[in-house]
Amino acid sequence: MVTGVIRWIIMNWNRKDLLGLEELSKEELEYILDTAESFKEVSTREIKKVPALRGKTVVNLFYEPSTRTRVSFEVAAKRLSADVINIATETSSVKKGETLIDTGRNIQALKADIIVMRHNYSGAAVMLARHVDISVVNAGDGWHEHPTQALLDIFTLKEKLGRIEGLKVAIIGDIAHSRVARSNIWGLKKLGAQLTVCAPKILIPPGIEEMGVKVAGSIDEALHHADAVNVLRMQFERDELAAFPKQLEYFKEFGITKERLSKAKKDIVVMHPGPINRGVEMSSEVADGANSVILEQVTNGIAVRMAVLFLVAQARDSNANSN
Amino acid sequence: MREKAKILDQEAIARALMRIAHEILEKNKGTELLCIIGIRNRGAYLAQRLAECVKKIDAVNIPVGILDITLYRDDLTLIAAQPVVHKTEINFDINEKNLILVDDVLYSGRTIRAALDALIDFGRPRTIQLAVLIDRGHRELPIRADYVGKNIPTAQTETVEVHLQECDGKDEVVIIEK
Repeated sequence: MVTGVIRWIIMNWNRKDLLGLEELSKEELEYILDTAESFKEVSTREIKKVPALRGKTVVNLFYEPSTRTRVSFEVAAKRLSADVINIATETSSVKKGETLIDTGRNIQALKADIIVMRHNYSGAAVMLARHVDISVVNAGDGWHEHPTQALLDIFTLKEKLGRIEGLKVAIIGDIAHSRVARSNIWGLKKLGAQLTVCAPKILIPPGIEEMGVKVAGSIDEALHHADAVNVLRMQFERDELAAFPKQLEYFKEFGITKERLSKAKKDIVVMHPGPINRGVEMSSEVADGANSVILEQVTNGIAVRMAVLFLVAQARDSNANSN
Repeated sequence: MREKAKILDQEAIARALMRIAHEILEKNKGTELLCIIGIRNRGAYLAQRLAECVKKIDAVNIPVGILDITLYRDDLTLIAAQPVVHKTEINFDINEKNLILVDDVLYSGRTIRAALDALIDFGRPRTIQLAVLIDRGHRELPIRADYVGKNIPTAQTETVEVHLQECDGKDEVVIIEK
């Protein structure tokens, strides 16, 4: 039987790049999420591939180590029949600005169509997009934004709870240095969610309340009434966290445990962008428990990235056509 | 843009679909192995209606699926408004089935070409047969329909619009002159 409602959305997506969620409208966010929903079905087929980006070349340009984001983009591009080239560059070989622009122009000269970039400098993707005509998708830039991660978090939330509007979402962890947190805050606020953050004081950026976010004094307070909790990875490998208390101490104060969850809503959704530090951000019991949607996030990441790659490629094509 | 002529009204559409349902059953000798797949958007509604016609005749529910062919088009960059990608919903095995592919208007044949590519990614049906409400000619590919509601000779400057209750609030087929 035919199920589901066929909806036709009158909307024109004309961004050739996806650099962050800050600049997107509510309608644009919803458009990506709706498109991703259609793409999710492709990965359930026996032949998990559609020819939508056949003949297009996607270059994964990663200036920071990343496995899951890069692999997710690679899988997404391949399921759309694009050709994928991976370039992993050591941070040390990059001289600010100049070299990045040169690299971008060289990739453009190779007649690639989309650059997916991870970079340790905030704003790198914006700068690259200004200097190349091909599409740029931000796969994380410094502490600035990681739009596709936030989109897949939001997509998963919407899938689980049916809506975003009015949801209470808690974000726990290193808010100050987290592009995932920043993109989530932008996206969720625009879609009408209420946000609370909780972290050690030094990891809460001053003035965050101005983004319309509440700061909770304790984990219990943050989880109280929350419909979902997004637990960020503690990046102990970063220099900024060198002065930080030991991992065990963090777990005692801020770790998500079964006991803490038992005081929250029974069906609270637990998310984590991965990779998890078990016994630091959350206990194994929670990570593998009934409330956790961590692996569904990974699956949804492919659908969201397929949608983003498809939309930016299509926008670039139709922009080129109308010129 | 003005409406030049009304080709079919509500009753004529219903009669055409009922006739097509009879022809499908005649050609396939019943409903065994039969599935109907409609091409979004209006083909999906027509597929559902055809299935209801088949049920009236043979009292059998046959599987109905929806195909979105956006990702298989060869003219993505040629159309002004970007098409929205919708979900394909085929919740049954199409291997070794007799598939009736349904669309509202058959014109260049490119939509059907894309639909065939998409279907073949889902499996290997025994046959794929094409049913359309309107065949307006001007084919650009070697494709023809097995079941046609009405053949309408048109000029390429004209547009054929199928309006259906489910999405347009009324059933009719009109020719629009540009």
